[in-house]
Amino acid sequence: MTERSTLSAMWARVQTWEGFLVCALIFIVLMNTALSPQFMTLSNQINLFQLSIEKIIVALVMTFVIINAEIDLSVGSMMGLAACAFGFLFQQGVNPVLVIPIVLLIGAAGGALNGYFISKVGLPSLVVTLATLIGFRGLARVLVEDRGITDFPDWFDRLGQQGLVGPIPLAIIAFFVLFAILYVVLQRSGFGRKTYVIGTNRDVAAFAGIDTARHKMILFIASGTVSAFAGLLYAARVGAVRGDVALGFELDIITMVLLGGVSIFGGSGTLLGTLLAILIVLNLRNGMALLNITGHIQTGVIGILLIASVLLPRVNLGGFLGTRKQGEAGS
Amino acid sequence: MMRVLSNLNPQTLRILALLLVLTLVILFFSTQISNYLNGRLFNRISSSVAIMALIATAQTLVILTRNIDLSVGSIVGFTAFATGSLIAAFPNMNPLLLVAFSMLVGAGFGAFNGFFVAYARVPAIIVTLATMALFRSLLVEFADGKSITSSLLPQWLTSFPNTPLFEIGQFQFRAAFVVAIVIVFAVHIALQRLRVARRLYAVGSNPEAAEMAGINLKATVFVAFVCSGALAGLAGFMFLARFGNITVVAGLGFELKSVAAAVVGGVNIFGGSGTVLGALIGAILVDLIETSLVRWQLVSEFWREAVLGALILTAVALDAIVMRRLIALRAARHHEKREQKMEGTG
Repeated sequence: MTERSTLSAMWARVQTWEGFLVCALIFIVLMNTALSPQFMTLSNQINLFQLSIEKIIVALVMTFVIINAEIDLSVGSMMGLAACAFGFLFQQGVNPVLVIPIVLLIGAAGGALNGYFISKVGLPSLVVTLATLIGFRGLARVLVEDRGITDFPDWFDRLGQQGLVGPIPLAIIAFFVLFAILYVVLQRSGFGRKTYVIGTNRDVAAFAGIDTARHKMILFIASGTVSAFAGLLYAARVGAVRGDVALGFELDIITMVLLGGVSIFGGSGTLLGTLLAILIVLNLRNGMALLNITGHIQTGVIGILLIASVLLPRVNLGGFLGTRKQGEAGS
Repeated sequence: MMRVLSNLNPQTLRILALLLVLTLVILFFSTQISNYLNGRLFNRISSSVAIMALIATAQTLVILTRNIDLSVGSIVGFTAFATGSLIAAFPNMNPLLLVAFSMLVGAGFGAFNGFFVAYARVPAIIVTLATMALFRSLLVEFADGKSITSSLLPQWLTSFPNTPLFEIGQFQFRAAFVVAIVIVFAVHIALQRLRVARRLYAVGSNPEAAEMAGINLKATVFVAFVCSGALAGLAGFMFLARFGNITVVAGLGFELKSVAAAVVGGVNIFGGSGTVLGALIGAILVDLIETSLVRWQLVSEFWREAVLGALILTAVALDAIVMRRLIALRAARHHEKREQKMEGTG
């Protein structure tokens, strides 16, 4: 390969949406480093992940759901339900080691409920998961009413708050392990291929012999289970649960996925894009926090970014930004 | 039975079904809660429906065109706060001017949404997800740590929602409720009768066909968002009048409530079908159940949301199944008639 073609290959890389996200990320990190000497410390970097770790774990599964041309609005409520179910069962004296698998099963069951109405009854996922957003939250409130539950066992709190490998806590390790597994599944496996095909055109996928109902069922069960897992992580990190745990998280999660270049109409986007969007959102929020900008304003800035993420690729500054609609499976 | 029903217009049928469910719910709770059916229940429901009906109507206008507006809650919050600050600064302001101001602010936000959805062709769910956060952060910036309290507001404003206009037996018809109902009916009649308003249905049920028929897609969607914003602004005014105390979290969560009311009311989330009247009954139904569950001794009040979620899911699933049946039944009868005709001529 000549030097010239290597260069043009690199140039082609930069022109993708992911390439643009990388550039944006580098810019934000450099800005943050210049703004604050605290930014590039290991403890700040860990803190930056820890503060939103539950959201970004769920964002990985949400990527699958949206590529499949569906949406799951119930994830935040499921996180809340899982955390409250843990607190409730723990308070009833059930052994915490036993409670964890029970809570994950609750997550799977909630996901299966969504999946049943979406794939078997044929209702739009927006409507079904809107109803379960209200319903799961309701169940969480039934379990803990208006109390707060705290005093979990020490080992549980430690898992959520302290380093597991060196200074790195369990949740961050879980995030990267899950990312690696899901990356292979989405971009390198038949299951991932089917996710794209169904998302692009469900009828064509069905004609090609794919069991689309079963596929969607699996995705929603996965979404429910991972949300329940994230809810457990939340309970461990905060060391207490209340009825309003993870309220409104679904919108932040969906924003991260869409910012990563996943089309809301399904069929395109990559997990790498989601990871980059997550890093951008985390670094941007961290940087703004260092500048004493409050949470609501931070969310507003992310909102502007979200609209820009759809508009920017169309502006096509001399071919620089390329198209967002690249990155079918395995790119 | 099915035969007679399938002769009716599906929209009429839906409204009849919703009214039936509403009656059943009222009958059920009246057996469960002592002294349930009285004027106070009506007053309580009607004061909160005054706000929800406007928001559900706003949401329906947008959903009909195959879009969604997740920013209504933030629009309500911002207009409530802005209207409150304005009247606090100029206490002698003309009330109608104040209402016009709130609707104008709402319409401005709606135009912002509509521009990005219709002209910049960004999917509505993305635009309004973003503006939900953006409008809320504008409110935080605008409020600057302060909040509106009812002591800052003139007497006429805070007493307006509770002023009874007329009474039928025990039922007081209060000003805010009457205004909201009049507006909902006006929008309903406009959507059924006016050529311009029918465009919303055309655009929502088949955009390509609508364009072929000479309808300006972009302008129609844009106008839908502007009208929806204006209605949300009016709801903000009502919110201010009813509660008096406005903080930066005013209207939080209204976006999902309005979608729920519309969907329970039979508005198709994929656009093109549904009525504002249905959305109104949906809003009443949701509110009635929420209020009644709190008073129901048998279950703790914490069951409210869980029951509500289950109810929405059941309502939508039943609606889908019954509608599918009806369509199949109609197709079969159509086929039958054609066969008979063929025999007659043959």
